[in-house]
Amino acid sequence: MPDTLPENSIGLVTAQTMHFDVPLDLASGHRLDSYELIYETYGELNADHSNAILICHALSSDHHAAGYHSMEDRKPGWWETCIGPGKVIDTNHFYVVCMNNLGGCKGSTGPASINPETNKPYGPDFPIVTVKDWVESQARFADKLEIQTWLAVIGGSLGGMQVLQWNIDFPERVKHAAVIAAAPKLTAQNIGFNEVARQAIMHDVDFHEGRYYEHDTSPRRGLMLARMLGHITYLSDDAMREKFGRELRQGTISYGFDVDFQVESYLRYQGESFVDRFDANTYLLMTKALDYFDPAADFDDDLSKALSSARADFLVISFSSDWRFAPERSREIVKALLDNNHDVCYAEVVVPHGHDAFLIPIKDYLDVFGAWMGHLVDEVSS
Amino acid sequence: MSSANNQTRPDLQTICEWIKPKSRILDLGCGDGTLLTMLKKERDANGYGLEIEISNIVKCVNTGVNAIQADLNTGLSDFDDNAFDYAVMTQAIQAVERPDRLLNDMLRVGREVIVTFPNFGHIRSRLQLFFGGHMPVTPTLPSKWFNTQNIHLCTLQDFEALCADNGIHVLQRTVVDRDHKTSLGMKMFPNLLGEVAIYRLQRK
Repeated sequence: MPDTLPENSIGLVTAQTMHFDVPLDLASGHRLDSYELIYETYGELNADHSNAILICHALSSDHHAAGYHSMEDRKPGWWETCIGPGKVIDTNHFYVVCMNNLGGCKGSTGPASINPETNKPYGPDFPIVTVKDWVESQARFADKLEIQTWLAVIGGSLGGMQVLQWNIDFPERVKHAAVIAAAPKLTAQNIGFNEVARQAIMHDVDFHEGRYYEHDTSPRRGLMLARMLGHITYLSDDAMREKFGRELRQGTISYGFDVDFQVESYLRYQGESFVDRFDANTYLLMTKALDYFDPAADFDDDLSKALSSARADFLVISFSSDWRFAPERSREIVKALLDNNHDVCYAEVVVPHGHDAFLIPIKDYLDVFGAWMGHLVDEVSS
Repeated sequence: MSSANNQTRPDLQTICEWIKPKSRILDLGCGDGTLLTMLKKERDANGYGLEIEISNIVKCVNTGVNAIQADLNTGLSDFDDNAFDYAVMTQAIQAVERPDRLLNDMLRVGREVIVTFPNFGHIRSRLQLFFGGHMPVTPTLPSKWFNTQNIHLCTLQDFEALCADNGIHVLQRTVVDRDHKTSLGMKMFPNLLGEVAIYRLQRK
């Protein structure tokens, strides 16, 4: 808990909720008659609404991208590294918006919300939402905020996929686009990891076919396993070796199945703390959204064709040790942009941190990102 | 590949003159984006730079040049055939692992290719090697043999032999000195008096 908040933090922030009554038709064929989206904003919207930046979140994050909810908060928002006064996404110049995606568990309508038809939590009845559905809901959200064009849409990982989708579905509404540690679609290996995570959740005896809320329980062990597995894939072999090596927790081997190695302790801690803040059904849903994402599928499997009508200028960043969304995957995006003669800069940052690097203050990464954002500052200042 | 020689760039102005207006350019080893900025301003040409150094990528992003971080030694497989009007590489070909392969790859992605390199046949290099008995260290080639990036130095004659062997047609050639000047002497004895060679090439 900080006694005083850091000067370059946006400081105390409060989430807001927006209600939608116009039914949303989803890619799955289902319809959501009404829904709510929880969001946060940082900075001031200028008079002609030209300085708004949308931040799209990744698998397990939410609308709380920067600042603190209270002085009791142990940690700031998930992208405090990049968002704040004087930071790369400079809240002195931009109006930064981040929402919890539909199907989330942090305040937007999702599986834990009450289904108006049954007056019980949706649980497994909550329809599967796709990246395309999210972008549609984000566009409607932008309409309500009277933001016709985003100065930039920015996201890492699953967030980067939303950035791509924005440029496919609403090219005229995006001026600049930053796609960080993302991929144009998942590989079989990626889908495999997601499936193991889902099986872990669904095989937990407390899962109750997704209706665990009604049993006043939750599939804690399954979700914990899912998170532990995920966490291994977000780090690199080198990062884990450097962080833990084979360091023992008690100094000696126990010849038992309790925690011997620090890495075990770390993963258990990550898994357990995740269970307290995340909903298993949302995890299932978000991993499916990842698996299904393949915008080129509607364009003869041609990503270049999918991005042909994009108008934004792009920044694509990957990290050398990211094996979940490897640099090769980002280069596929770059190639599709090059094929269309779109403006794009691409940086492949050499770091040992793995996929999670996009959340970490790494000099080369912030230098490139900051240089690119500098042009946006000029644009809104002129 | 960052360009081997970041001090004076006498070759850039010549390239600017050779490139047709509104062309689409791929600049291999674009450094801080100087050439692409020049081409945009003077020729209304657009394109992309390939660069290995992140610090140069940052400079390119700062100046608004489209820069792609890439290692030229891994080839140009991300680019389609004839994707560019020109594939350009200034003073970097001598620093890649296989200049012959890269040159052929450039001729695949560019309808024309422009390369420049320091001429190892220049009289200063020859004199140092002949009379000094040591590897030349010149203003165009300032590094020592053990720390130079220039692992495949060549003369004009060597380069033209490579072109002939690979069915590459030399469309235009000029040599300049460090001040971007050419002279009658250089025109008559390019391989002896030219410091920097500039070639425009096409697949036969």
